[in-house]
Formats: sequence, structure tokens, C-alpha cells
Amino acid sequence: MAPVATERDLRLDLFRGIALWLIFLDHIPSNAVSWVTIRNYGFSDATEIFVFISGFTAAFVYGRAMREQGFVVASARVLKRAWQIYIAHVFLFAIYLAEIAYVAQSFDNPLYSEEMGVRDFLANPDVTIIQALLLKFKPVNMDVLPLYIVLLLWFPPVLWLLLRAPMSALAMSAGVYALTLWFGWNLPAWPEGVWAFNPFAWQLLFVFGGWCALGGAQRIKPLVDSPVVRWLAVAYLVIAFGIVMTWYFPYLGSFVPNFVGEAIYPISKPNLDVLRILHFLSLAVVTLWFVPRGWPALKKPVFRPAIVCGQHSLETFCLGVFLSFAGHFVFIEVSNSLAMHVVVSVAGIAIMVAAAFLAAWYKGLERRGPPRPPAPAGASAAAGGGA
Amino acid sequence: MKAGLTFLSTWLVAALLVTGPALADAPAECLIDENRPSYVVALPHVAKAIAAKKLDILVMGSGSSGLPASAGARKAYPARLQAALAEALPDVAVKVTPDVKSRRTAAAMLHALPAALAATKPALLIWQTGTVDAMQAVSSSRFGDVLEAGITLAAEAGADTVLVNSQYSPRTESMIALGTYSETMRWVALLHEIPLFNRFAIMRQWADLGTFELAGAANKLDTAVRVHDCIGRLLADLVLEGAKAGGPE
Repeated sequence: MAPVATERDLRLDLFRGIALWLIFLDHIPSNAVSWVTIRNYGFSDATEIFVFISGFTAAFVYGRAMREQGFVVASARVLKRAWQIYIAHVFLFAIYLAEIAYVAQSFDNPLYSEEMGVRDFLANPDVTIIQALLLKFKPVNMDVLPLYIVLLLWFPPVLWLLLRAPMSALAMSAGVYALTLWFGWNLPAWPEGVWAFNPFAWQLLFVFGGWCALGGAQRIKPLVDSPVVRWLAVAYLVIAFGIVMTWYFPYLGSFVPNFVGEAIYPISKPNLDVLRILHFLSLAVVTLWFVPRGWPALKKPVFRPAIVCGQHSLETFCLGVFLSFAGHFVFIEVSNSLAMHVVVSVAGIAIMVAAAFLAAWYKGLERRGPPRPPAPAGASAAAGGGA
Repeated sequence: MKAGLTFLSTWLVAALLVTGPALADAPAECLIDENRPSYVVALPHVAKAIAAKKLDILVMGSGSSGLPASAGARKAYPARLQAALAEALPDVAVKVTPDVKSRRTAAAMLHALPAALAATKPALLIWQTGTVDAMQAVSSSRFGDVLEAGITLAAEAGADTVLVNSQYSPRTESMIALGTYSETMRWVALLHEIPLFNRFAIMRQWADLGTFELAGAANKLDTAVRVHDCIGRLLADLVLEGAKAGGPE
């Protein structure tokens, strides 16, 4: 019964919940409401937040298990989680197949004969489905879960090292990242190409999250809180914002010197470009500045929906992918007005929140164990022992 | 709020369209915005060719640069571009040669490019790509390398390049991940200071304004023909503006 060093930091759940909402909004194609999401204002997007916090919480939860129950039990739990995510991914793939099957049946526009090539995936279901089960074929918006699965499969030895020699673990992770950029490592995809989220690159953010969870955050706190770093972060965010604006308004491009463009483009998402990492870190520094640990407002009901979504991230994420398909379907079949974009976006988040509360309720039921015969009030408190 | 958003997206599309003020005779339905900011990328080789009274253009593209055979090649946008340019430049011999085949990735087109450049000796390469690469999940960094190699080849052959990105296809949007490919095209265009004809944003705007019904499931050949006509005309605007900016004065 080792004492728990720290209680769960609600900020993690809050920001993971918000990241899940942003991912949902970004996943609905041409969604007008996705103008509010951070990817339009800087280099990084909600994926960085999600991966970092997932690494943090994985190390926090399974690190404690590894200390208390040993390597084998903790590893078994990590692998079980990876299996759950795999099942969730296959479920989402089934929905995707249903969607292209529907479109293939109902759509015949001469303008889009090329785009209708997506139907070819249905022509060879043997290959398509097997490639999907092997995580090589990953349709639109279905890249995050396979990344998560690979990161978890590799996590037990990383966690082992993080607990014993955190700096070595972090250095190793950074080394793999550097070698990946140098040698162009990645996993193969199907029909061609490589993974859209390169696990060898993105593991850096996941492991860095884990490193922070296991004492690293305390170690770098003075740095994160120093005024110099804070203002550097602000300056970086402002510069990134300026550069991103030149993408939308090309006539601003003349204000970005050519050598800057040559140095920074392409800002690779598959390989988690250094500029994206810096942007995420800057966002984190500024966020921590304004939302300190134990911030009293975190307990306010207004943040509760995001926090609950963050606490049930797998369910919320999967539902978000499904809802983004459904929302897009509504845009096409019902209405594509701005009002409908707002309604679909808000309703989707409301459904995600409701589902997260439902998941929390189920989890509570399971924790309480088998049902007890109803007891008169007063006796129940004495009889309850679980949790 | 809607007005604000429409304003924003209009401005955005207009900015991305990289064309100057509307030229004479485009039908009203093609126009995106009448107050487009004059952001023009110069096309010096085109300017020279117009001065020499002979303008050859090569269109390298995949399926979305053509129409089904029943519509005939003369209604697809390369032919409409030629018609619009010939009208605007009556004393110039304009010839647009389409090299269009379905399901070609950028790499496949790069492979065909040297022979096509040698055969047509164009002053301008119009390169439409992105969709097939997205469907084939080609590595986006490789896609970028291929684009740069093609632009270099064209420049060495004495041609300017205009990139044309994917179509806005509402029904397949959730099935084809265009994102990284569009971004790569935007960056390559910015870096090489060449125009990107943002077909996606233009068609998106048409869909938003109700100019064309693009989400419809029905087989409507006349809509497709009108869309291609407008794309040809807007491309002609871009070429003429670029030539003006790339001219001697």
C-alpha cells in the first residue's frame, strides 16, 4: 500500500477533453466551426495535446502499477489497453466501410469520376479488410488510434526505464526521433506510402509526457515558470501565428523572407516537425502560466463536461470519429448552412459529453462491485467497503 | 455572424485565387468576388510567348481534368481555357495540349513530363494533382519532392508552372484525406513563387453560394460541363494577369 504521491491533476483531463472536442470539430470536413480550432492559428494542433497528455496519464497510471505490482502485471495492463484500442479501431473501420458502401451505391456524378476511385476499396474486400486489420490501411481520420496502439505496445520497456533512469529514457526517445528524421524511418502503409502519424517520431511527445508525469514536471518547473521562457513562448506563438496567416492570405507572403520559408517548409505533421513540438511546448508554457496546478476554478461545474470527456478519452475519441462521419452526412443530406454547421458541432460535443458521463456512471457501477441487497439507509454506508 | 463568415471566406478565396480584377467576358456565375485583391504571381515565360504571338500550354492532369467521353474533350477545362485565351488574345496562336489520364499520381505524371514537355514545348505547365496521391496514401514528403522536381523540369524546359489542387467533392470529403496534400501544394507554390489555382476553395465557394449544386447524387452532366467552363475561364484570368505582371514593363 504505497502512498499515492500526488492526486490526479484535473488540468490533464480538462485539456485532453478540450483536445478531443477540437479533434471532433476538425474531423468534420469543411466544418465552418473548425475555424475556432488551434490548428488554424499555429503550427501544432489538438493531436499534440492528445498524445502528450495520453503519455502523461499512461505513465502516471501504469507507473504506479509497475512500482506496486511489478513489470509483468503493469505490462499486461498496458497491453490490454492496446487491445481495447485495437477493437475500437476495427469498430470505426466497419463504420467507414458502411459509409463508402453507401456512397458507392447512391452517387454517380460525372464531375467526380476520379474521386469515386474510393469505391475500389470495396472491389477487393479481402485485401482492404486484411490491410486494415494489419493497421496498414487507415482511412481518413483513423490514424490516431493505430499510433496510440503502437505507442502502447512499446510502452512497457519505456516505462521500466522511465522509472529507473528517466533522463536516459528521455534521451533514448529523443535519439530515436533524431534518427527517424535522419534516416526517414516509418511504418509502411497501404496502398502506398507510410503512416500519416509516424510512430517513431510521435513517440517523443508520448515519452516526454510520461517523463513529465514521473517527476520531470517538477524538475523543469523553475524553467517553465521563468519569465524569460514565458515571453519566449509568447513570442514564438505570435511569430507562428503570423506565418500561418500568410498561408491563408498569400499576399502577406511577401512579408516572410524567402530564406525563412526555405528553412521551415514543409512543416511535417507525419514526422512531428520540430517547429510543431516547439509550438506545442509554447502553448503548454503559456497555458501553465494562466492555469496553475490546483487552480480553484477547475472544480467549477463549467469545466466538468470537458474534464469528464478527458477522463474517458477512448470512448469520447471513438464517438467523436463516428459523429464526425455522421455530421458530414447531415451536411450533405439535410443542409449545409452555417446554422447547421453550428448545430451539428454543438450537438456533437453535447453527445460526447453525455456519453462520457454515461461511461463514468458505468465505471462507478463496476467499481462498486456486485449488487448488494437493498439495505435501509444508514446501514448501507457501514456495509460499503469497496473503491 | 453569417455575413462575417461569408465575408471572411470570400476574401480568403479571392486571395487564394491569385487573380486580378475580373476580365471581360466570364459569365457572372463563375465569379467568386468582384473586389478581389490584386495579388498576382508573374508568369514571365507566358508574357514572352504572348509577345511572340504563340502561346503553348501543357495541362498535365488526372481524371478531374477531363469529363466523361459523352461530354467530349472540348467541354473539359483545358479546352475551355484555350477558348477563353484565344478570345482574349485574338492575334496570338493559343494551343492548350491536355495530357490527362485517370488515376495518375504526381509521380506518374512526373515520369511522363519530360516527353510531354519535349513534344509540346510549352510556355506554361498547368499541373493538376493531389487527389490520386491522397487516395493512394502516397507519402506527403515524397509528394512534395515530386512536385518540386516537376517544377524544376518545367523551368529548365523554359516553362512557367501553375499548380491546380483537388476538386471540392462534398460527398467524398470524409473519405479522401486531402489535407496534407493541399498543404504541401500550398507550400511548394509559396516557396517557388508560382501560382496555385485553388480549385478546391473556388468550388467550395460555388457550393456555399449555391452557384453549382455539387453535393447532388444525380448524374448531371450539364453541371459538370458548366463547372469546367468556369474553371477554364478563371484559369485564363490567372494566366493573363500573370502574363501582364511578367511582361517587360
